[in-house]
Amino acid sequence: MKKSVFLGALTVASLTAGIAAAGTLDDVKARGKLNCGVSTGLVGFASPDANGKWEGYDVAICRAVAAAVIGDNTAVEFVPLSTKTRFTALASGEVDLLARNTTWTLSRDVDLKMEFVGINYYDGQGFMAPKALGVTSAKELDGATVCIQTGTTTELNLSDFFRANGISYEPVPIETNAEGQAQYLAGACDVYTTDASGLAATRAAFENPADHVILPEIVSKEPLGPLVRHGDNEWGDIVRWTLNALISAEEFGITSANIEELSKGTENPEINRILGTEGNMGEMLGLDADWAARAIASGGNFGEIFEANVGEKTPVGLARGLNALWTDGGLIYSPPFR
Amino acid sequence: MTTLTDPPKASFRLSMLLYDTRYRSTTIQVIALMGFMLGAAWLINNVAVNLAAAGKPFTFGFLSDASGYDINQKLIEYNSQSSHLRAAVVGLLNTLLVAVMGCTLATFLGVFIGVLRLSSNWVISRLAAVYVEGFRNVPVLLWIVLIMAATSHSAPQPKDFRGDNPSATMKIFDSVAITNRGVYFPEPLFSNSLGDVAMFPDSSTEACEAYAAESDDDKVIKLAKSCGSFQISLDLIAIGSVFIACLMISKLVANRASQIQAQTGVRPTVWYLRLGIVAIPTIITLWILGFYLGYPELKGFNFKGGIYMRSSLLALWIALSLYTAAFIAEIVRAGIMAISKGQSEAAGALGIRPGRTMSLVVLPQAMRVIFPPLISQYLNLTKNSSLAIAVGYMDVTGTLGGITLNQTGREMETILLLMACYLIISLIVSTVMNAYNERTKLKER
Ligand SMILES: N[C@@H](CCC(=O)N[C@@H](CS)C(=O)NCC(=O)O)C(=O)O
Repeated sequence: MKKSVFLGALTVASLTAGIAAAGTLDDVKARGKLNCGVSTGLVGFASPDANGKWEGYDVAICRAVAAAVIGDNTAVEFVPLSTKTRFTALASGEVDLLARNTTWTLSRDVDLKMEFVGINYYDGQGFMAPKALGVTSAKELDGATVCIQTGTTTELNLSDFFRANGISYEPVPIETNAEGQAQYLAGACDVYTTDASGLAATRAAFENPADHVILPEIVSKEPLGPLVRHGDNEWGDIVRWTLNALISAEEFGITSANIEELSKGTENPEINRILGTEGNMGEMLGLDADWAARAIASGGNFGEIFEANVGEKTPVGLARGLNALWTDGGLIYSPPFR
Repeated sequence: MTTLTDPPKASFRLSMLLYDTRYRSTTIQVIALMGFMLGAAWLINNVAVNLAAAGKPFTFGFLSDASGYDINQKLIEYNSQSSHLRAAVVGLLNTLLVAVMGCTLATFLGVFIGVLRLSSNWVISRLAAVYVEGFRNVPVLLWIVLIMAATSHSAPQPKDFRGDNPSATMKIFDSVAITNRGVYFPEPLFSNSLGDVAMFPDSSTEACEAYAAESDDDKVIKLAKSCGSFQISLDLIAIGSVFIACLMISKLVANRASQIQAQTGVRPTVWYLRLGIVAIPTIITLWILGFYLGYPELKGFNFKGGIYMRSSLLALWIALSLYTAAFIAEIVRAGIMAISKGQSEAAGALGIRPGRTMSLVVLPQAMRVIFPPLISQYLNLTKNSSLAIAVGYMDVTGTLGGITLNQTGREMETILLLMACYLIISLIVSTVMNAYNERTKLKER
């Protein structure tokens, strides 16, 4: 009895020492569930609906990965994370994947030891102010009180923007978007700043969205994308190519409506390789042949996911803009499936 | 010469470590200590191995990098180009500020309520009891958030003060502005200011060049403010030293009065003399320095000028004080009840009024009982101030343990530093308070 406890402690010691290294794919398969870090609630990106079912643009990535790896897009444990807790949660292994409006920066990639697998939304930081304030440009904000989420690129950009323009501001640090929204609406701050997509989503949840303007300046580049821990390249590859599969699916016209039809085999070799009727892409990734077909069937292709969650017909109402496919003048581009 | 032989000396055998009661407890303690150290070593080794595996070496080098973020409330000069270490110091000063303010208010309130709880007036003592139970039994975090929410939703916004017919006006002769972002008070200013001295200036920096230039240009003045580690106001030193010198002279007068009282039995009236000795030179110093009050004024989005007490500080201060006061009240009540009734009866027999009996006879004796638990309440308040982040008050948990941790990803290092900060504050507070306790405790002869 005593001996086994001691041996158990030893194995725990050696296990914990190796946790950062590898094996996420095996862990996820063994667990039968994907732990996915999402935001604490941002309409359109990640929020639970009335029945507690998570939905949104970032949530769709989690579901697609779960579908590809486990074969079930509901086998996801969503872990709501604040801007402050997200990286620690990923680094410590609490989540396998972080899909949470997170900007790809050099220091996060290199110093924080994260691996960004791609970009699912090209964004930039913007400002929102009540119409009644009469502000038309961010440069007029000298002396304003600004609500910002701490632990974000937002607060660093804000500081840079005001310093570069030689104007001052009073930061009000907040923890979550919900809190920021409450403070802003109570007038505890004059302006709210975050990623423009986040602003649109936040404004969509207001009672009177029309009373608030989003100022024209976009003061930074915020490429948002899913990320995994540094050091487990096999797992990183799976998430990266799941995202690429969604993008390629849109490019080649694979939709949730015709995917079953196309899975029987087509004339187009690239579509066949994506859907696993040709080649052994799945095997290379350590998955089965129709991993990508399942990922696409989970919530549709990239365009479908966009339109369903944040597109112009939704309350968030974002235009594709930079997030259109490269063939439509946007920046969304997937390397080939070959 | 002795014929008695010594009893045979028991030679030491290893088994005695366990079976001999003289050694057993030591053996057990040594084994326990070794076990503890092994456990600690295993934990530390595990951390080191894990950090190395994650590719994050354990270093404090990040502390000297530019922080890149701004802090709203700063007691020393700070901007986003300052280092993470300086951000931590700014946070630490904010922690200390709210701790000192909180301890002071909590003590006054606590003593007041504690005394009221013992009042012979039933209504008053019940009200005090309701206060104590209400605050003691609800987590302090809820009070902090509640007070913050109440201020940000009920107080007027700065824009309500604008226009010809504003819906909100400034209070107390237009000197205090109460807004939902905080309260603005008039600030003391000096027209013949002596300026500030920069401590530990580094003359090679741009800021210190500006400091040396002594220009009147606003931009240069602003830049000069960040010369040195921190700056001390000469005006404050001048006023402070005059004031303290006067207090000492006034104390001499009081001693003299006590001497006369001891000799003749009559105490000469000296309060006006003492007041004059303190007040007149201080007022003259203020006049020489050109003292005036700077009033807050609505400019642009916010009030400018004056002392700005943010609603986050206000909420944290008031909530921590109200909460801790409930505990202090109980401690005070216990302390007073520990003093035998005979003391106040004796004082009554000498014709001392009840109020003075309390302040001159009972409370000084009760202090000895009150003091030790009071220390731990002060420590609690200081540690509870780390809940500041709930209302966005930038204390050391918010800067070092919040933004710095997050932007640099150095969880281990920042948390260890943070723990060291609180440990050091607590140790200092308890050393000082224990020294005081030692001085005032009942000397048994
Ligand atoms: N992209 C920035 C900012 C991220 C951020 O603050 N996102 C906000 C709004 S776009 C958010 O997700 N809030 C939801 C929440 O608080 O959980 C970063 O990665 O640092």
